[in-house]
Amino acid sequence: MANLNVNGVVRQIDAAPDTPLLWVLREHLKLTGTKYGCGVAACGACTVHLDGEPIRACVTPLSHAEGKRVTTIEGLPGGENNRLVQAWIAEQAPQCGYCQSGQIMQAAGLLAKTPKPSREQIVEHMDGNICRCGSYAQIVAAVERAASGR
Amino acid sequence: MTKNAAQATGIGRRGFLKASAGLAFAFTLVEAGDAAAQGTPSRLNAYIAIGTDGTIRIAAPAPEMGQATNTALPLIIAEELDADWAKVVVETAPVAAAYDHPIFRAQFVVGSLTTRGYWMAIRTAGAQARRVLIDAAAQRWNVPASELSTEPSAVVHKASNRRLSYGEIASFAQVPAQLPEIQPDMLKKPADFRLIGRDVRRWDVPAKATGKAVYAIDVQVPGMLYATLARSPVMGSTPQGHNGAELLRRPGIVAIVPLAQGVAVVGDKIETVLAARADLKVDWSPAPGSNFDSERGREMYLAHVRDPSGQKVVVGRRTGDANAALQGAARVVSGEFTTDYVYHAQMEPLTCVASVTADGVEVWTGTQWASRARDDAAKAAGVAPEKVKVNMMQMGGGFGRRAQIEYVVEAVEVSKAVGKPVKLMSTREDDVANAHCRPMTAHKIDIGLDAGGKIAGWRHRIAADLVVTQVYGQPRLDAQNGVDHIVMAHADVPLYDVASHLAEHVYEAPGVRSAAWRGIGAGPNAFAIEAMIDELAALAGEDPVAYRMKLLKDRRARTAVEVAADMAGWPKAPRNDVGYGIALSRLGVPQLGEAIAVTIVEAALDRARGNIAVRNVWCAADVGLPVQPRNIRQQVEGSLVWGLSAALSERITFKNGAVQQQNLSDYEVLRVSRLPKIEINIIRSGEIPLPVGELGLGTIAPAISNAVRALTGKRLAGLPFTPERVRATLA
Repeated sequence: MANLNVNGVVRQIDAAPDTPLLWVLREHLKLTGTKYGCGVAACGACTVHLDGEPIRACVTPLSHAEGKRVTTIEGLPGGENNRLVQAWIAEQAPQCGYCQSGQIMQAAGLLAKTPKPSREQIVEHMDGNICRCGSYAQIVAAVERAASGR
Repeated sequence: MTKNAAQATGIGRRGFLKASAGLAFAFTLVEAGDAAAQGTPSRLNAYIAIGTDGTIRIAAPAPEMGQATNTALPLIIAEELDADWAKVVVETAPVAAAYDHPIFRAQFVVGSLTTRGYWMAIRTAGAQARRVLIDAAAQRWNVPASELSTEPSAVVHKASNRRLSYGEIASFAQVPAQLPEIQPDMLKKPADFRLIGRDVRRWDVPAKATGKAVYAIDVQVPGMLYATLARSPVMGSTPQGHNGAELLRRPGIVAIVPLAQGVAVVGDKIETVLAARADLKVDWSPAPGSNFDSERGREMYLAHVRDPSGQKVVVGRRTGDANAALQGAARVVSGEFTTDYVYHAQMEPLTCVASVTADGVEVWTGTQWASRARDDAAKAAGVAPEKVKVNMMQMGGGFGRRAQIEYVVEAVEVSKAVGKPVKLMSTREDDVANAHCRPMTAHKIDIGLDAGGKIAGWRHRIAADLVVTQVYGQPRLDAQNGVDHIVMAHADVPLYDVASHLAEHVYEAPGVRSAAWRGIGAGPNAFAIEAMIDELAALAGEDPVAYRMKLLKDRRARTAVEVAADMAGWPKAPRNDVGYGIALSRLGVPQLGEAIAVTIVEAALDRARGNIAVRNVWCAADVGLPVQPRNIRQQVEGSLVWGLSAALSERITFKNGAVQQQNLSDYEVLRVSRLPKIEINIIRSGEIPLPVGELGLGTIAPAISNAVRALTGKRLAGLPFTPERVRATLA
């Protein structure tokens, strides 16, 4: 049994230490906003925060997350009122939507450190997150909107 | 109303009522009696329910994969109903005949034809419901219905200054056994639209921006087991033996289930199943494609378009006698092109949750062909289709891949074998290994010019794998006299002044899996066609825009060229290896109307590295009637990004019949750092919404190729334009 702090709540997990955090979150804890896309940290769909830093849950073993704070899209402060979520809605960014939790969590990591990022900083920071529908322009616009506090 | 609409049955009505259960409707716009069972035609009951609180529940009939038709279709219904959009609640329809696409006669999303296909049927349904509300108010006020009008969600009698909200009417009205007939001229005039043409927010966005949207991969049902599947690396190959017995000794592994084209590992936890899958070893039988090598195959396809004798050749399109025109031509201009295999890379790996019990089958899946999923699940389980319930989940991308539903059948087979509900999930590696590709193609275009330089004959020979047989089956191809409409899409050139035309399909049978892929054959075909148009312009010593304006006989196409040229500020002089190219493509089918896109790209060429950076894209998109302009812009933009991704980097290669790429790490799709600035102008050209979801895709590759040709005089003729190929072309 492992103890895992997820979204501020300590949960007991019956999984092997090398279990990818992704499956612990999705299938053990039913926090399915975090998505499986590639399993090799190539697409960013599984992005969550570990002690506030965006990481890829698909290549992060459970043992590595123990003793740290895990934040998923479900634990994003403010829920639907979160400024990034509001910006995503205002820009109507999602199409199929599958990658968007990961995009938002990646963006949240940027704004936490760089509240007023340049466009270049946004692009560089978001380049590991694939959106197959091609909503990149709306994603960048949403990050800019959230940063501007509009 | 279409014949199909008249066939709508009570199945849909019951399904929708069930979906609405728990709500206290004093009245719903559902026939009170048994009219539907007696065969009274009605769509209204299937789509619309109004509560006494004024809430209007509208069923979204089409599978949703990001194209936003589940906002657009209810919005069209609300328009004719004259509903207050703020009071509308969208619900995903069940899978039932009442919700069939009126043209496909199936719950099926392909060809960007959803809005176009449902258009008249759902407008009629909305108008019928509005008429019922008006008649009920007229009866209550004892005035002629002709004196009444509607405002959003209210019936109004202007003469007496009275009004009744739809919710109020719902508290006393009865739905007549015979619903009012609505003729097309009774529908709203476009000038009176309150919703169509004005952007509303997509109903699914808040859930998708908070992680709450539910995809098949997110579904958990009580007692569910997890499964994943090793599919045969070569199409048609079957498992001969495997090390499943060894894996079964592992804790948590419950079953190893051999299927026709795969071996499933089943267990109680996803992580143990995936670990076992990594160690699963299967011996596969040889299959027809076992020796296929796509690099050698490309050369063979090219040889076949040069000389098709001995090959099976089918005429796809013919106007006049192009062969004779070529023989008599003053000059013949020829070009050859190839495109490699490409994979869908939909973000959600193929997944289906299935539960087979003695009572029937329930599946939760994202599919573009929900009614077929039901029918094939029924066959796999050995039950009647009525015993199958399909829950249409949001799709994490479709792009044509989910028009094939083998993963649904396999989930049903595994659930049946183990006697428990099962979530069958592909790993990304297996999803890539099981890629159902847009076929590899080779093209040879021969254009015969008369003495005055006019096009007397145009012959386009296309060597490509068949797709129709794999999506629909051999009978469909036979019924179409062998014409594979997916491969041959838009291989003709009707917008241009071309006296005679012939498009031929040289059948290739490499034994690998194929599928409809966003834009279908129109992508490769537009690549070849639009590159040749620029070759003709160069030969004539004319500017590519000016040449197209002369050659285009279609008014809408000429307008689109003008708009795009204006957006880009054409003519654009190349400088410092930054060049400009233009291309045109169509989307749709002639009988239903075609959308037109014209795109100009600005491409920067790094000759030493062979890299191409597309910096700006200007696209004029003629979409007929734009229902949701912002979404249309996003769909077209998405399809331009998709086209750019395919043009620059996407390719699947086969060795010994098996896919060589493994994951999104070596199947490269476009990332944000390669995103150009994209400007889209929507041209409204009519009163019917034309297809948009794949519009523009086919313009990108030829526009880039044309830009590089303008810069260097060299023609990029093989997709994708990898750095190696660019360097080789320029050498």
